[in-house]
Amino acid sequence: MAGRLFDKIWDRHLVASPADEPPLLYIDLHLVHEVTSPQAFEGLELAGRKVRRPDLTVATMDHDVPTIGLDRPIADPLAAEQIARLRRNAEVHGITLYPLGNIEQGIVHVIGPQLGLTQPGMTIVCGDSHTSTHGAFGTLAFGIGTSEVEHVLATQTLRQVKPAAMAVTVDGELGPELTAKDLVLGIIRALGTGGGVGSVIEYRGAAVRALSMEGRLTVCNMSIEGGARAGMVAPDDTTFAFLEGRRHSPRGKLWEQALDDWRSLVTDEGAEFDREIRVDASALRPAVTWGTNPAQSVTIDDVVPDPGSMSTPELRQGAERALAYMNLTPGTAIRDITVDTVFIGSCTNGRLADLRAAAEVIRGRRVSPRVRALVVPGSARVKAEAEAEGLDQAFTDAGFEWRSAGCSMCLGMNGDILAPGERSASTSNRNFEGRQGPGGRTHLVSPAVAAATAVAGHFALPGDL
Amino acid sequence: MPGVQRITGRAVALDRRDVDTDQIIPASWLKRVERTGFAAGLFGAWRTDPGFVLNRPGASEARVLVAGANFGCGSSREHAVWALQDFGFQAVAAPGFGDIFRNNSVAAGLVPAQVSEQAAARLFAALAADPDAEVVVDIAARTVAIPSSGLSEPFELADYARWRLLEGLDDIALTLRHEQEIGAFEAGRRAWLPGLRDDAMSSPA
Repeated sequence: MAGRLFDKIWDRHLVASPADEPPLLYIDLHLVHEVTSPQAFEGLELAGRKVRRPDLTVATMDHDVPTIGLDRPIADPLAAEQIARLRRNAEVHGITLYPLGNIEQGIVHVIGPQLGLTQPGMTIVCGDSHTSTHGAFGTLAFGIGTSEVEHVLATQTLRQVKPAAMAVTVDGELGPELTAKDLVLGIIRALGTGGGVGSVIEYRGAAVRALSMEGRLTVCNMSIEGGARAGMVAPDDTTFAFLEGRRHSPRGKLWEQALDDWRSLVTDEGAEFDREIRVDASALRPAVTWGTNPAQSVTIDDVVPDPGSMSTPELRQGAERALAYMNLTPGTAIRDITVDTVFIGSCTNGRLADLRAAAEVIRGRRVSPRVRALVVPGSARVKAEAEAEGLDQAFTDAGFEWRSAGCSMCLGMNGDILAPGERSASTSNRNFEGRQGPGGRTHLVSPAVAAATAVAGHFALPGDL
Repeated sequence: MPGVQRITGRAVALDRRDVDTDQIIPASWLKRVERTGFAAGLFGAWRTDPGFVLNRPGASEARVLVAGANFGCGSSREHAVWALQDFGFQAVAAPGFGDIFRNNSVAAGLVPAQVSEQAAARLFAALAADPDAEVVVDIAARTVAIPSSGLSEPFELADYARWRLLEGLDDIALTLRHEQEIGAFEAGRRAWLPGLRDDAMSSPA
């Protein structure tokens, strides 16, 4: 029978399928960070249990780490306590930890691929909803809550009701001004913020195949913003080229064996999905969100939509509420909206390719005097590699702040936040109310649009400058 | 975690769709290392509005939250569930939940009662007419009822989740019954899969 990529990965991780219980799925890699793990370790210890597979567990600090002044003690006592707990828990349970100051420290979803820990056919979980990122390698990767973190620590398995399989097929070719971010925002617009609930998405089609690994990571990262549990792209030569020679990639004979296996991780011809949507890449334009969920976006050439034009009362109400929060008037041209802050970074767009794309736009230009702009690399290694190319200089010359690695203003836990009422152009993944700081107003964009917007002071394409 | 058969009490009606977990518990609250102490942070930003439903008299005695579709979307933070529980909620009735929120709820003992859109509309209408009405969530029968309005609406809850909630079972203990199978599975894992035991940087700086 023709199989789907998702089924192939699912089936090879089934430990047990007891009657009347959800199946037990083996977890190949468990990523741990400081914010969603302390209660799990505590629960584990209170029950007298051990971490079953410390060797399949890796920890780093990302959510509330400072991105400036790393030479000084962490000023926020609560963040310092969480970070101290993670150190202690890693030490007690024998878990590899990449702490602040280590070259491998960074956002969990940036370091997994960077280390070669994320490989095709694996199951990967983390107490973070953007774990879907790793699906770019043809991996089943999804976010879990703290109780499930404890369950994985104790058993290296999870009980999961099998999600439905959805195909998102992107036909055609992305135009020259388009990035993976614009593509995924376009997909979420089509899907709606809850359209993927209960599903794992496989991204398919010519435009997906043409994406770099960085682009695929961006697309899979935002699967959760359409409600999906996970997103995946079948591995191919782009995937294998990315993986070859990385620290945890197989070598020698094992590499050959792995390649043979990975090549079988595709959806077979004729396999059917529970649901399929198609998106025409050639009809897309660079995207900017106007509302308070990631499905509420338009193209940069558009105007702020009129809630009265929405098709259902629910959409209308949601739009009215969002526009009130965002302080926007229907009919305003997106390019006429000015911003106070530009944030380039996050697990969505904090990789080297993203920083390069932004740097290309700002080289020889200056950030608008009314804009505060910051770049936060996704990992310490991304930062070092960017510096080796002189990107830090290009950014600081243009008036950007060049920070150290972490989640930073994507969720504003570490003090990098918007002031109430401030408006940002952000390469992150969520424009929820208050996401980047209480009262802050977030517009999601690609790194290229973020960079051009920093220079123009209002939403702009690189070509507008 | 104690088992729960039936939840009886007042309800709070939050007639909004796509309520994300950043709204349920803002990120600044995620720095706690405990599972408790989140009640004051529940809907922290929205509660600054005196007219917000949680600020109504009697809301602090509520046991059931009735909400719009796709409740608990977004971030995986289980703190959202803990905050609802700390405030006093034992069940949320909504026409759909974020997947991770639903799992977190069952794990922590909060009942995610998925009702139809029509049932949610009827519950909202009944609560608008009588905000102090008693609401009964029966986990065994899978119904949410407002007896004074004669309403009884079925809800969806998977059998296994229902059983765990009724019995208050520890999921890890249930899984450890399969320890032999886990061991057998591990013996057959593919040779190239990554592990960190021999990682040169396994000792923290």
